[in-house]
Amino acid sequence: MGMTVVEKILARAADRPSVTVGDVVEPRVDLAMSHENAALVINQYQEVFQGTGIAPKVWDPSRIAIIFDHRVPAESPKTATNHKKIRGFVAANGITKFHDVRGDVGGICHQILPEYGYVRPGFVVVGTDSHTTSHGALGAFSFGVGATEMASAWALGIAVNIEVPATIKVVVKGAFPPMVGPKDLILHLIGLLTAQGANFKVLEFHGETIRQMSTSGRIAICNMSVEAGATSGIVPGDSETVRYLREEAGVTDAIDCVTPDADASYVRTVEIDVSALAPQIACPHMVDNVKPIEQVLGIPVQQIVIGSCTNGRLDDLAAAAAILRGKKVAEGTRMLVFPASSKIFAQALDKGYIHDFMRAGAVVMNSGCGPCLGVHEGALGDNEVALSTTNRNFKGRMGNPTGEVYLCSPVVAAASAITGVITDPRKG
Amino acid sequence: MANVIITLGNDISTDDIYPGRFMATVLPTETPQFAFFDRTDFNAALKAKAFPPGSVIVGGENFGCGSSREQACSTLKGYELAVVARSISRIFLQNSINLGLQVVICPGIEASVGDELEITADQVLNRTTGRTFEQVKLPAARKGIMDAGGLIAYTRARLLARG
Ligand code: SF4
Repeated sequence: MGMTVVEKILARAADRPSVTVGDVVEPRVDLAMSHENAALVINQYQEVFQGTGIAPKVWDPSRIAIIFDHRVPAESPKTATNHKKIRGFVAANGITKFHDVRGDVGGICHQILPEYGYVRPGFVVVGTDSHTTSHGALGAFSFGVGATEMASAWALGIAVNIEVPATIKVVVKGAFPPMVGPKDLILHLIGLLTAQGANFKVLEFHGETIRQMSTSGRIAICNMSVEAGATSGIVPGDSETVRYLREEAGVTDAIDCVTPDADASYVRTVEIDVSALAPQIACPHMVDNVKPIEQVLGIPVQQIVIGSCTNGRLDDLAAAAAILRGKKVAEGTRMLVFPASSKIFAQALDKGYIHDFMRAGAVVMNSGCGPCLGVHEGALGDNEVALSTTNRNFKGRMGNPTGEVYLCSPVVAAASAITGVITDPRKG
Repeated sequence: MANVIITLGNDISTDDIYPGRFMATVLPTETPQFAFFDRTDFNAALKAKAFPPGSVIVGGENFGCGSSREQACSTLKGYELAVVARSISRIFLQNSINLGLQVVICPGIEASVGDELEITADQVLNRTTGRTFEQVKLPAARKGIMDAGGLIAYTRARLLARG
């Protein structure tokens, strides 16, 4: 019987002719990514070697990536000391894919990995971050793990005891209407599947809409696949994947796209036509509490956030800047913009988008996770409401358990910044 | 025998179990103080050691959804609590097994605070109501790690076997 993309990737990485759902395999890891939580990984990693008489040694320093993004620049002495400890480990182990707190090569891990060509189609990628699903956008099997699982990968170079997941096939057709895009598609899909509808499963994306979608849009949909519980989202590599890696990431070596067999077996098929889709909003406090914008128009918003690994790329900033150009952010509303990487920040500067935001009254922040997880900056006041292009709206997510977070696309966020209430960008 | 100390609804996220603003704290010895921090009374009771080891948190569907932060498991493991939930999110389940936090998937579980539960190999018995609920077996792939006593011990054994 044929195999899905993830089955093919796992079979290859585990040196088996084929695998099927439920098989237990131990695939070689092609890339292992961590951020600030490498501080905990280092502890667990050192504990693994304790009492063995074996000197600690990572399996392959060229396959480990560490990107500082969650709390940059450090918000506390504790974080700064974690950063310092990780820098020491990076230097001692010769880890080269390291992105420190910097204005040239810094940024959010899920943007840095594609941007620097660290991920390729067919790779097995593990990351100590649930949104590691993002890298399925490049045709990799990429999933989130905890710190101890990462410590194990650093030591052994394999992902231990992985059960081959079942795959849900998502077929998307139709052209997006104006002001509707990939973020609306993935919010709509999460609403359909529910927050645990894809738990332990992979979402494999197909259809003309996906084939025509940019890698940026594909990252947004794979990024949020985990919000339906998915182990990974994946878009089988194609000509757009090759274009992105060659033209934008500067990759020159061979690229090998893995595609599913025609007779692969899926646990379920979901078909979506986007040609009549409205802008979608995920309402507090669950990502699957998704409504078409008509049902939430007019809700007052005190904080607008544009950025994150979901929607902080150049096309997102371009679309938002076009709406804000020459306009002002409403009184009583504040707007925060944080580009997904320093490179995108510089591009947005060159294109004038940063000026558009600043003249409109938005605060532009350094690249990083910023307000997305509410540790650091951009916290909400008691009972305040935020409208954000990020990917999670759990209670307390933006730093305050009494706050409320609505999730939306960049154009909805921009149109709403001008009015101070949730606003339909199609009617602007 | 163990008592239920709190019952929670569906989709309890790792932001609820261990709020993101405490993520700079990573050591398992230090994380327990922040368990369910924004549920002020429950957090205070935990810190006051009001519950003996083995006490049970009962959850609904999709327990532990959200972030991969391992602190969400170490914070509960620090009090030696157990989680019985209708379903459990993948990463939380894996982290729990890796760290040795007892988690039980029990789709039909019905229990109230104060009920006495007995967790057997494949069932959960509610001694207070007299009802019995079936467990869903953990995926086979997890067993090797549990038998080894957690992922650190498992990985250590693998390293030694490689020589
Ligand atoms: S931007 Fe938000 S979702 Fe993305 S990696 Fe950072 S904290 Fe996670």
